[in-house]
Amino acid sequence: MSDKQMQTEEQTSKAIEGQPKSSASEPKHGKTVAKLLFVVVGMFGFGFALVPLYEVFCEITGINGKTNDEAAVYVPIDVDTSRTITVDFITRTNTGMPWEFEAQTKRVEVNPGEMAQVSFYVKNPASRDIIAQAIPSVTPGTAALYVNKTECFCFKHQPLKAGDEAVMPMTFYIDPQLPDNISFFTLQYTLYDITANADASEVVAMSNAPNIINANN
Amino acid sequence: MSTATDTVNTNPDSHGHDSHDDHHHHIPKGLMRWVLTTNHKDIGTLYLWFAFIMFLVGGAMAMVIRAELFQPGLQIVEPNFFNQMTTVHGLIMVFGAVMPAFTGLANWLIPMMIGAPDMALPRMNNWSFWILPFAFLILLSSLFVEGGGPAFGWTFYAPLSTTYSGDSTALFVFSVHIMGISSIMGAINVIVTIFNMRAPGMTYMKMPLFVWTWLITAFLLIAVMPVLAGVVTMVLTDKYFGTSFFDAAGGGDPVLFQHIFWFFGHPEVYIMILPAFGIISQIVPTFSRKKLFGYASMVYATASIALLSFIVWAHHMFTTGMPVFAEMFFMIATMIIAVPTGVKVFNWVATMWRGSISFEIPMLFAIAFIILFTIGGLSGLMLAITPVDFQYHDTYFVVAHFHYVLVTGAVFSIMAAVYYWLPKWTGRMFDITLAKWHFWCSLISVNVLFFPMHFVGLAGMPRRIPDYALQFADFNKWISVGGFAFGLSQLIFLALVIKACRKKGEKVSSQVWEGAEGLEWEIPSPAPYHTFDTPPTVK
Ligand code: HEM
Ligand SMILES: [Cu+2]
Repeated sequence: MSDKQMQTEEQTSKAIEGQPKSSASEPKHGKTVAKLLFVVVGMFGFGFALVPLYEVFCEITGINGKTNDEAAVYVPIDVDTSRTITVDFITRTNTGMPWEFEAQTKRVEVNPGEMAQVSFYVKNPASRDIIAQAIPSVTPGTAALYVNKTECFCFKHQPLKAGDEAVMPMTFYIDPQLPDNISFFTLQYTLYDITANADASEVVAMSNAPNIINANN
Repeated sequence: MSTATDTVNTNPDSHGHDSHDDHHHHIPKGLMRWVLTTNHKDIGTLYLWFAFIMFLVGGAMAMVIRAELFQPGLQIVEPNFFNQMTTVHGLIMVFGAVMPAFTGLANWLIPMMIGAPDMALPRMNNWSFWILPFAFLILLSSLFVEGGGPAFGWTFYAPLSTTYSGDSTALFVFSVHIMGISSIMGAINVIVTIFNMRAPGMTYMKMPLFVWTWLITAFLLIAVMPVLAGVVTMVLTDKYFGTSFFDAAGGGDPVLFQHIFWFFGHPEVYIMILPAFGIISQIVPTFSRKKLFGYASMVYATASIALLSFIVWAHHMFTTGMPVFAEMFFMIATMIIAVPTGVKVFNWVATMWRGSISFEIPMLFAIAFIILFTIGGLSGLMLAITPVDFQYHDTYFVVAHFHYVLVTGAVFSIMAAVYYWLPKWTGRMFDITLAKWHFWCSLISVNVLFFPMHFVGLAGMPRRIPDYALQFADFNKWISVGGFAFGLSQLIFLALVIKACRKKGEKVSSQVWEGAEGLEWEIPSPAPYHTFDTPPTVK
């Protein structure tokens, strides 16, 4: 629209040519307008560029508490027995998400470098099949960079048929580089109902799967 | 600043003194004159009337809000409608009243102040005004859609505006896009006009401060309005097209919304106050009969406020759980803005110091501005202190803060401007008795309205809530009484402006005010339809 705008603008200015306008000559306006439009378009792009910038910034600094969403490969490292880190697990379901969701282990105390496994119990009490996605969040956020998960239910979508229940494992170790001032952090998972946004194939696969009541109780 | 000219006084009326104005004489009559006009004065008038109408519409919504809050409990409106009122009130006042009023003043005054015959891009000027009424028709009509209009606050935080909003959200997004395009076009016009059309001799450092502050504001506008357009677009696609910019389940982050919004939002609040600084810097010297104290420092202070405004946005987000380092950075950066702001207040007071002050209506509003805006600045400083903001955030204390800077700041400056330049526009003095009534009623009621909000806020009353705890009842009653009185006082202003437009009142000289200086005071009153077809020479 702005390009057309400029054209009409130039036509207008031609129409009133011959009038002793102040020092300004018309091509001069066109140039200034072009420069300003460049800024406008640039800033519109910048608004969108803020999205990846923010993501990269948070990935580097870890300040929004997100952990890595891909499995870490465990390289055997020396366990730092000189300190123990307390990790709390908190579970939440998003508004409108009917699942029951609970950490079977509420707290672990681990040495940096040591592998730990915890598990979470979920049940779908609703009368419809639901696909869930778990989103982790670490507080304080800076600790997120040092949580290495080798296995996590949050890496994939989690389907559950109506009435089913399941136990979902998570294994992790803490990077010994964890800053000295952190001796305690909280890892929270929030479950979202993403059935509406999931691929049709996933939904079909879920409804064809046999009902399994498999919580190892 | 010296603004003496040699051509204007000898040849004040551009009508019929030159051969070129044949096609100027076909001013279409009636409605079409206003629809087709490319004259900066006509467009300025259109903007100002539009802003005034929006001010009354947004004000009516504020009356609904205050009527509901007159007593605790829910009595007049449904909570969902209450939320629509707070949301649309905010949107209308920001984008429909304050910003168009400043653009209207820019249209009227900038060409006259720099000795240009018109704005640089007159056809675009016509467009940038005429798309505005449609934007607001769309926004207002969304209130009648099933499920109601936007109810997520003027800040439209995700996920309120994405996951939890009604069907009318697309209308909201569309109207914000149109408003944005309108202000970007207006800003481009202002910049091109000031860059390319200054009269010979009108160097940058001779420009009146209103022109300077508007130039800087226009740059802020073209820098941040596109970001607003971007963020509403993201809301639109998140809501309707399955993207996940702000949806954690899909890998997005709702806090990102706040970062992008406030990256626009904080410069936006300066967009609404810098032209006000310009107006006050024009009025105070006139009625103090002295030159403005510290002209150059005013220019630098304005520019540094504008630059700093890009690095303080997260002071709106202290409670989102930022790392301590970021909290400290944004706290300190915010406090630094108070320094150039303080320079401005100091300069206005220093201008008045030992001046021969007279208290005409524009000066009354300007003095009220200086005092009350400073109160708003001080509560802003309190809010900038991160740890105390944890208590004040989202309470009525914030509401008190931004109404002091916006109502007794921006809106009072607009009223001061109207009183100051109205005689130049109409050629007649307005009704001074009515104006005095308007000033004193507004001054008293506005403080009854907004001052107690500090106290209920400190005591913990949350903002944007249709009901409240019993202990806040007395204060809220007073606040509502103040609100109704302030609303009614504006009808005096309406009556006064209508009367002035009907050419009642005594004729005024071209200078109008004894101490007034500048090019616009050297052309006749009322200002002829075309001015400075031959550029003046500024010495
Ligand atoms: C010394 C200058 C200023 C400082 C230090 C300051 C500081 C702040 C802070 C820290 C907040 C966030 C409060 C919270 O939500 O907890 C705030 C809110 C706000 N300020 Fe200011 N401010 C200043 C001047 C202004 C000016 C000049 C304007 C506009 C003309 C303005 C308009 C606003 C608005 C509209 C909000 C509320 C936004 C919302 O949440 O709806 N402020 N200010
Ligand atoms: Cu701000």
